Amino acid sequence: MSTTATIETKPAAPAIEKIKVKVDGREIEVPKLMPDWTGKLTPTTMIQACELAKTDVPHYCYHPKLPIAGNCRMCLVEFGTPALGPDRKPVLNPDGTAKIAKSPRPAIACATPISPGMEIYNNTPTVKQMREGVLEFLLINHPLDCPICDQAGECKLQEYSVDFGQSTSRFAEAKVHKPKAVDLGPRIMLDDERCILCTRCVRFTRDVAGDDKLGIVNRGSYNTIAAYPGTQFDNNYTLNTVDICPVGALTSKDFRFQMRVWFLKETKSLCNSCGTGCNVLVSSREEKMYRYTPRENDAVNGPWMCDAGRLNYKWVGRSDRLKDVLMRGAGQGGLVKTTWLTAINDISDKLKRAPAGSVAIVASARQTNEELYLLAKLKANLGALSDSVEHTGEADRLLVSADKNPNTNGARLNGICYTEIGSNLPQIAQGIQSGNIKTLIVFGEDVTTQGIGADLLAKLDTLIVSNILPNTTTQLAHYVLPGAAHVEKRGSFTNTKGRVQKFMKAVEAPGDARAEWEFLHDLVHNVTGKNGYVTIEGLFNQMAAEVPGFAGLTWAGLGDTGVTVTI
Amino acid sequence: MPQEYKLILKHVDEPGYTPDIDCYLRHGGYEGLKKALAIQPKELPDGKKASPQEQIRDDVKLSGLRGRGGAGFSCGLKWSFVDRRSGKPIYLICNADESEPGTFKDRQIMHKDPHQLIEGMIISCFANDVHLAYIYIRGEMPEGAKILIKALAEAKAKNFLGKNILGTGYDLEMYVHRGAGAYICGEETGLIESLEGKRPYPRIKPPYFPAVLGLWMCPTIVNNVETLCNVKHIVEMGGAEFARLGTPNNTGTRIVSLSGQVKRPGYYEIEVGKATIGELINDPKFGGGLRDGRKLKAIIPGGSSSKVLKAGEKFKLKKKDAEGKDVLVETDMLDLPYDFDSLAQAGTMSGSSAIIVMDDSVDIVGALANLSEFYAHESCGQCTPCREGALWMNKALQRMAHGQGRAGDADYLVKIADNIPGGRTICAFGEACSWPVQSFVAKFKDEFVAKGVADEARRAKEVAVPGETKPLAAAHH
Repeated sequence: MSTTATIETKPAAPAIEKIKVKVDGREIEVPKLMPDWTGKLTPTTMIQACELAKTDVPHYCYHPKLPIAGNCRMCLVEFGTPALGPDRKPVLNPDGTAKIAKSPRPAIACATPISPGMEIYNNTPTVKQMREGVLEFLLINHPLDCPICDQAGECKLQEYSVDFGQSTSRFAEAKVHKPKAVDLGPRIMLDDERCILCTRCVRFTRDVAGDDKLGIVNRGSYNTIAAYPGTQFDNNYTLNTVDICPVGALTSKDFRFQMRVWFLKETKSLCNSCGTGCNVLVSSREEKMYRYTPRENDAVNGPWMCDAGRLNYKWVGRSDRLKDVLMRGAGQGGLVKTTWLTAINDISDKLKRAPAGSVAIVASARQTNEELYLLAKLKANLGALSDSVEHTGEADRLLVSADKNPNTNGARLNGICYTEIGSNLPQIAQGIQSGNIKTLIVFGEDVTTQGIGADLLAKLDTLIVSNILPNTTTQLAHYVLPGAAHVEKRGSFTNTKGRVQKFMKAVEAPGDARAEWEFLHDLVHNVTGKNGYVTIEGLFNQMAAEVPGFAGLTWAGLGDTGVTVTI
Repeated sequence: MPQEYKLILKHVDEPGYTPDIDCYLRHGGYEGLKKALAIQPKELPDGKKASPQEQIRDDVKLSGLRGRGGAGFSCGLKWSFVDRRSGKPIYLICNADESEPGTFKDRQIMHKDPHQLIEGMIISCFANDVHLAYIYIRGEMPEGAKILIKALAEAKAKNFLGKNILGTGYDLEMYVHRGAGAYICGEETGLIESLEGKRPYPRIKPPYFPAVLGLWMCPTIVNNVETLCNVKHIVEMGGAEFARLGTPNNTGTRIVSLSGQVKRPGYYEIEVGKATIGELINDPKFGGGLRDGRKLKAIIPGGSSSKVLKAGEKFKLKKKDAEGKDVLVETDMLDLPYDFDSLAQAGTMSGSSAIIVMDDSVDIVGALANLSEFYAHESCGQCTPCREGALWMNKALQRMAHGQGRAGDADYLVKIADNIPGGRTICAFGEACSWPVQSFVAKFKDEFVAKGVADEARRAKEVAVPGETKPLAAAHH
C-alpha cells in the first residue's frame, strides 16, 4: 500500500468542439457533445444547453441520470435554426446576421439536439401557453390532496403550478379514480391517482437498478404504474424511486405521514453503512432524524443510495444509548457515573505513568479521520500496538461495498491498522495474556468477539472504552466514555476509493455523550503535553499537514463532495 | 365521367378468383418479382453503375408513389432515408394494422389477393437489401392472418421466399405478426415497439427515426399494405408509366373506402384525383347517392381523424389556367378532386382514403361523441396532452350527448382540443383525436351551442327535490 497521497488530478478532458446557440436571445457557447445519462458523450440537447445558460426548463419525466422518455411534454420549447436558401447557404438579414427560420412546431428540450446557430425560445407566449396546457391536463385527474400528501412542499406539480398554472380549474367532468395506497413493495407505497405517469420509477428500476419490475398497465388516462403481477417491488434501491418521483405518487413507508417537509432541517452528511460513503442529506427536526436522502455526488454515488443504508439511522435514537461517563469504583465496585473532567484526568494520569509498550489500542474504522489521527498520536506517544476490526458483508454491482466500515482507509492512512485490517489483534491478545499489555483502549468495537474475551480483559489493569451503544466490552470497562454518532458531530471519512469526504452535524448527542475528537483532543493534550487544534477545521488541516496520506488537503478544500487521495 | 380504375383490385371480386398461389400464378402473379430479380446493373451516363436495387428505388421515386397509410409521404423519399451504411440489417415491415375508423381497403387485399401484397413486399425487400420482413396485422383480423400465413407458406414452397430465391442468391424470410387490438400499433414506431414485444408506446423522434433506429435499433422501412402492392405494379409497368396514372404529384390509384349514409357503401379504386368527392358519393358507379329524401350534412374525407367537411363549404383551390398560371378557383366541397393535395388545400386530408358520409339525420354532437369515445379508448396514455385530453373531450361530449350540455361547452371543447395537437404530443394521435373536435365545433358550432342552451333550459325547469343535488359531473363517468 502506498501512503503517499496526491490530490486528485483529473485526466485532461478531450477537446470538445463548441458551438454557439442562443437561449432567449442570449448567445452562449456550449460543447457540441455532452454526457448522456450513462456518461457517454452524445450530441448536446436543448435542455442541457439551457442549463448551461442558467435558464430553467420545467420538466417532469426528464432526469439527467435516466434514459430520456419525452412523455411529460412540460419541456416543450420553440426554436429556430439558420434559414438556408435554395443554394443550401445561410440566408442573411439586411444587417448581416443569419436569418432564423422559426420551426412551426415546438420541440421537447430534453430530447432535441442543438445545432450551430440554433435559437431556443423558452419564454414565449406560446411556450407559456403550452406549459399551462400540460399542467392543466396533469391536474384534471389529480386528487389535489396536498394537505395530506407527503410530497407537499417538495412537489413539482405544486412548484410548476405556481410558475405556469392557472388559479382555477375549468374541468367540469368526473375525475378518473385509480387505486390508492397500493402496497408496491416492503418499503414503497403507491398512490396511482397522484401519479403523472412520467415513468421515472420504471426507467430507474429497469435501467439503473437492473430489476425490471415496474411497468404501466391499462390504457390512456386509466394507465397505472404496477409491479409485475404477483411480485413485490423489492430490491435494495427501491427508495430512490421515491426521491425521483416528481409528485406524491411513490412514498416511503418509513417516512410517509411522519413530518411535513418544510419543518425539516437538512444537513449535508454521509451514509456510514459501508465503505462507499454515499453522500446524504439528513432531514431532522428538534434533534430527531426523519430520513436520509441521497445527495448527488458523481464521484461516489451519483444521485442514488441503497435502501439498507438509507434506513440505517434509527439506532441513533435508541433508548439504550450510552449517555453517561462511567468509572469503575474501587475494588469489585460497579460502574458509577462521573464527570468528563474526572474521567479524562484519571485516564491521562494512568496513561502518562504507563511504561512504553504496555498500552494497546483497538480503534474503529467507523471513527472519523480526525479521531483516528488523534488516536495515532496517543499510539506514538505510548509506543502502543494498535489495530481495528474488520466488518464485511455482501457487495453489489451498483453502490454497496463489501467493507461495512465507512473509514477503513482513514484507519490505514493514519497508521491505526494495516492493509490487512485486524492482523494485530492476535498479538494484542497475546500481549494481554503474557502480561505485557496492562492497558487497553477500545473505541467503538466489541473486542470480546474478536479474540480478546472477558477472561483476557479481566487480566488488564485498565480497560478504557468509548462507544455509542453498550456491548460486552463496555460492561467490562473501567472507564466508559459515551461517544457521538456521526450525525451528531463533524468529521471526515475516507471511502474505499480514497475519497475524503466531510460531514456536518445534524442533531445533538444525548446526555453527556460527546464527539470523540473533542475528548480525544483533551486526552492527547494531557498525555503528550502538546496542544492541538480545538476546531474540526484546524484538526483536519493539522492532520493533512502531518499525515502523508492526506498531504495537501484542507477542510475547506474538501467542499461538499470531497477529494480523492491515492490509496 | 369518373371511372373505377382497377390496378390493385384488378382480380379481386372476379368470379372464381381465389387467394391461393395457383390462381395468382394463373393471373400472371410473381412476374413482377421475376422481372425485378432479372434487372441487370446499368451503366449511368456519369460512368457509375446503378445496381438493380438502386434502379428499382429510382423507379419508385420516379413513380411519385405516396404512402397509402394516411400521411401520404413519398415512398421513394422514405426509402432514401434508410441508413444503408450502418452495417446493421435493414428490416421491412408491412403495416397491416388497418384500424382507422371508416377504412377497410387493406383488408380486401389481404383477404382476397394476399400474394399481390407478398410479391410487392418481396420486390421492396429486394430493392432495399432486406432479408427479414414482417407483416404486422391488426389483432382483429384473424382471418387475414390465417390467409397470409398460408400464402407465405405457398410462396416459400415455390421458392419466392426463403433461401436463394429463384436461384438468384437472394435470401428473404417473412413472418406474420398479429397485434393485440390497439389502434396505436398502426403508428409506425408504436408498431415497432409492439413487434419487439413491448407496450406500443410510440417513440420520440428525434432520435428514433425508423429509417435509422427502427426495429431492434436497426434501419427499418414501414409501409402500408396498399403502398407495397403498388411497388409490384411500378416494377411491372415502369415508374414513368405509373406516374401517368392519377394527377401530377398524386399519382397512381387509390382504393377509397366509402361508408355512411350512401346507397352503395363499399371500396372503389380510382385514379387519384380523377374523381371528385361529389362523384364518389353520388355517381351510380360509386356511392349512388344518399338515401331517398335525405340531404348531405357533412363528410369525413380521409378516415375518422381527418377534419370534417360541411355540405356547401367552399374552398379556394389552386389550379392551372389555360396559360399554365396558378389561379385560385372557388370550389364546392363536393367538387374537390379526391387526391392528397386538393384535400390538404381544403384544410383536411385524404388520410387513409376513407370517406364517411353523414346525411341530415345525423346528430352532430352525438357523432362527435362517438368518434371521441374511440380516441379516448385508444390513446396509449404515454404523453400528457393526448392521454388526458382525449378522455376529457370524451367525457365532455358524452355529457353533452346525454342531455347535460352547457351553452359554453363549444368553446370549452375547443380550448381542450387546442392544447393537444401541433407537436405537443409524441405521435400524430394528438392531431387525430383533436382535429375532429376542432373541426366539428368550428363548422357546426350553432348545433353545439343550441344543444347546450336547450339542456340548460330543460334542467332549469326540472323541479329540484329538496336535499337532492345533481352534480353535473355525475352525469356520465
